[in-house]
Amino acid sequence: MHEYPITQQIIKIAEKHCLLAQSGSVKKISLVVGDCSGLVGDSIDMYFRAISEGSLCEGAMLEIERIEPKLRCPSCGALFKRKPMSFACPECEADGQPTEIGKEFYIKEIEVE
Amino acid sequence: MHDVKKVNVMEGILDENDHIAAHVNEKLSKNGILCVNVMGAPGAGKTTTLKNLIRRLDGLVAYVIEGDIESDIDTQELLGLGIQAYQINTFGACHLDAPMVESMVDSIDLGRNSILFIENIGNLVCPAEFSIGEHVKMLVASVTEGSDKPYKYPLAFEKADMIVLNKVDLRPYVDFDEEFFMKGVRALNKDAMVFKTSGKSGEGFKEAAAWLSWKAGQACNGNQHHGR
Repeated sequence: MHEYPITQQIIKIAEKHCLLAQSGSVKKISLVVGDCSGLVGDSIDMYFRAISEGSLCEGAMLEIERIEPKLRCPSCGALFKRKPMSFACPECEADGQPTEIGKEFYIKEIEVE
Repeated sequence: MHDVKKVNVMEGILDENDHIAAHVNEKLSKNGILCVNVMGAPGAGKTTTLKNLIRRLDGLVAYVIEGDIESDIDTQELLGLGIQAYQINTFGACHLDAPMVESMVDSIDLGRNSILFIENIGNLVCPAEFSIGEHVKMLVASVTEGSDKPYKYPLAFEKADMIVLNKVDLRPYVDFDEEFFMKGVRALNKDAMVFKTSGKSGEGFKEAAAWLSWKAGQACNGNQHHGR
């Protein structure tokens, strides 16, 4: 729902690192987006094309690596993807607990020229 | 032709927001002000909860920053009750962020050793993703929303320090499975305080206000912790 300002922030960060690298344009941005981050990759991609016009990121390729959320079972330690409407561990049925896996939202690297 | 080179970035998109949120938190902490980020779906009873809590805070001064996409209906209602309230309109944005809150906090005069409630936009998704400088995340849920909400909107329940289950007076009229609801809450969050309340009868707010007063007392003594 809030991908527009988020995409502006992505461009701002990429431009900052492009200038720090004393380069003139960004060719590629590699993003890591957890499925629990609340951000929709397709929406970011759509906004990116529009907002990046006239910036150092214009024409850059946006590569999005998605991460599936995982729960950790407090009983047997298994990491697992939960089923809808359940937190039960597939190994031992105990309710799994949230982890940071799936909440990622960062720029991993950029390619500049 | 120029060479293409890779630059390692590893920078969080929300780092700037989180940095400003930490600054707001530090400023409020220095003044002994407990900051509560009030989250919940539209119609869960966030403003009604605030009215019920504030009248039970026993001498502790409360301030409210109201976040709404449009209108100042809630702010006007709170002002009419003698509560010091201030309005942020986001005009479309689905959550409050730290820069909006910083700007408002810098523009108003907050007394020391008090409590600042920030009512976020009615939305069970986005507000949970953005820190705004709070010490306590308070989630208002209600029995009319259904008992499946922790399963459908896990992040809001995972992040909450305090969950107010509101409208419990309506339980006889709705199919709310409290055991299923609490099973989901506890799978996501072992530590959050849960208070069962009714905005209509006032049930449960005395206990919730007492817990917040205790947290505010900790704030005055400089023992606050950042919200999750």
